[in-house]
Amino acid sequence: MDWGWIPPHTGFLLSLAGRNLYLALIPVVLGLAISVPLGVLSVRWGWVYPPVLTATSVIYAIPSLALFVFLIPFTGIVGPTEDLTLIIPLTLYTLATLVPNVVDGLRSVPGPVRQSATAMGFGGLRRLVQVELPIAVPVVIAGLRVATVASISLVSVGQLIGNGALGLLFTDGEQRSFPTEIWAGIGLIVILALAADALLVLLRWMLTPWLRSGPRTRTRYLTRGEAI
Amino acid sequence: MSRIVSGAALGLAAALGLTLAACGSSTKSSNPLSGGTASSGTVVVGSANFPEDVLLAEIYSQALAAKGVKVTRKFNIGAREVYYPQIVSGSITILPEYNGALLTTSVDKNSTAVSTGDVNAALTAKLPSSLEILNSASAQDKDSVTVTSATAAKYHLTSISELTPYAKNPVIGAPPEFKTRADGIVRLQKIYGLTFKQFQPLDEAGPVSVSALKSGKVAATDIFTTDPSILINKFVVLQDPKNLFAAQNVTPLVYKKGVNSTITSTLNAISGKLTTQGLLEMDKQIGVNKEDYATVAKNWLSQNGLS
Amino acid sequence: MNAFQSGWAWLLQAQQWHGADGIPARLVQHLEYTALALVIATLIALPLGLLIGHRGRGGFAIVSLANFGRALPTLGLVVLAYLITTGSLAAVLIALVVLAIPPILVNTYEGVLGVDRDIKDAARGMGMTGPQILLRAEIPVASPLILLGLRTAAIQVVATATIAAYIGIGGLGRYIIDGLARNDYAMVAGGAIVVVALALAVQLLFVGVRRVAVPAGLRAQAQPS
Repeated sequence: MDWGWIPPHTGFLLSLAGRNLYLALIPVVLGLAISVPLGVLSVRWGWVYPPVLTATSVIYAIPSLALFVFLIPFTGIVGPTEDLTLIIPLTLYTLATLVPNVVDGLRSVPGPVRQSATAMGFGGLRRLVQVELPIAVPVVIAGLRVATVASISLVSVGQLIGNGALGLLFTDGEQRSFPTEIWAGIGLIVILALAADALLVLLRWMLTPWLRSGPRTRTRYLTRGEAI
Repeated sequence: MSRIVSGAALGLAAALGLTLAACGSSTKSSNPLSGGTASSGTVVVGSANFPEDVLLAEIYSQALAAKGVKVTRKFNIGAREVYYPQIVSGSITILPEYNGALLTTSVDKNSTAVSTGDVNAALTAKLPSSLEILNSASAQDKDSVTVTSATAAKYHLTSISELTPYAKNPVIGAPPEFKTRADGIVRLQKIYGLTFKQFQPLDEAGPVSVSALKSGKVAATDIFTTDPSILINKFVVLQDPKNLFAAQNVTPLVYKKGVNSTITSTLNAISGKLTTQGLLEMDKQIGVNKEDYATVAKNWLSQNGLS
Repeated sequence: MNAFQSGWAWLLQAQQWHGADGIPARLVQHLEYTALALVIATLIALPLGLLIGHRGRGGFAIVSLANFGRALPTLGLVVLAYLITTGSLAAVLIALVVLAIPPILVNTYEGVLGVDRDIKDAARGMGMTGPQILLRAEIPVASPLILLGLRTAAIQVVATATIAAYIGIGGLGRYIIDGLARNDYAMVAGGAIVVVALALAVQLLFVGVRRVAVPAGLRAQAQPS
């Protein structure tokens, strides 16, 4: 491991890291945007949920390389839509992670809370946006954390089809027998992922002031519904 | 309530901001190995997925950029089978190619052209109309059938034809595409009558191949002839008297509509100065000394008066 | 859906089912790597998770481990392990085991930790000693989560073994890597279809195991995730 290699290559590494974030975060944002409505629908119309759940657990089981590869004939490896070959599968993975969490979070709203909101004159949409979704925030963010960390890590697999941001350090490191590059790649991906995770924990803290005070029974480091 | 909304808005804005910032940094990267998308007026320089070709593509890219051409780098795409259709269609504009391999892999599998002149003539005749080759360099990097010095000593091997009586038992290893391309297993059989017991797919003549050969996992493998690992490990490159592997001069392949006379003259100037020895030297710097593609390319260009 | 169709066509060719490159041979290789890695990972992570969960301490470290494990890039691990060990099989196993440990460890820990205090008190009241409480009360109650951890790990290992074909091992990933190298998308798609089928079969296997191993009362209340 040649630590001295890193400082002169900071610019190179940072630009790869930037691209990695771009390819990883767009799917997360897209996935969130789709899973919230989808989750709401699944709660509103219960019959929608079992097929949705089956679909998400199927998608989640599919190895990433296989999914990337299925996209190639549609979005290509070199060309204007090559990034979609990564973004679409990663969005699907995010969906697979988030939809159950959105549903779980919405269902965790206690009946009495929902009823008092109605009693106070909140209509359906207002109740959803101002009461139910905020209560669901911890569970949704739990899913977001999983999806974001996985997304940042999975982008590197894309290098096997020539588009992998920090994953380049792995293939080039292999070809030149250069472990330093590989350590740098692993290190950066882990740092990016853990930083994103920490930011999401901060976001949860900011969005749920009502959870901050009050008695703590047993220290739980996972909130309800956090998938491992 | 308003706290929640503002908190959510802040969070979303932060996420969007981060994404846009990353987006900004990704599209104007000028690093040799990161990707980008082509737009009109830019030239896309592609490369195969092994270090020497990345180096050559970097040399082309820097030389062109020095002449004011806008260059987008698309390196490490894959094997020729993957990137060749891209240059035929114009998604890639320029590739550093090896004329013999290009000919038999993608243009005319049945060609028997062997010398540089014949190979280039065949290419000029048979390439699709969208493409053309420029001047070949004298530098060559050939595929090979390589064995360890122990194997060569044991069976008294100096050439591929001497392998035939022994080929029944050993296993040959090579990059995965070696099995199906013309100048690979197919031709080993046709020209030398060699059928190995088994084909073991390895990596692109990299450390997996080298260690497979050293450990005896494979008896022979394809190592590119300018690879420093040959000298380091005292491997023996078997001679190829029947010319299974034709001339493999480094030759620029271009998409005609994407290039102009400045571009072609720059690339031809590079070909004029590139020698096998020079290539070997650079491969050593990249593979053994772990120097950067960009640095090695820059040094070569300035040493040869081309920057 | 053209690539899909060509993938199916490739699958249906008789030649794909024979020989050292055939689907059965590669499937067996893949299963061997998967099984071996899972067994090793379980031997390490399951006892550890049970112990830490039973004691009830170390929660923050454990959850951090889950995140860390999920962040580890599979391709990077495989290649790094290869360069360090220069042996394909050892490298693959190391990478597979390292990636399989976090889900098993964390889910086992969470499962045991989440056992209701009342149940543990009742068990203690019945005269059970520490290890007996673990074995007869905590593990059965924790079994849904323990199984979930094993299932997650299994799927992770199947996926990573696919990627590891990059360093020249066998298994189903060979079709994807080799197909990409030869621009043979029929092989790529066909191989991907088989990999997906395997992953889904593993899912189903665990659903079946859950039915058998998890007491009915727990199955009803525990949530799948």
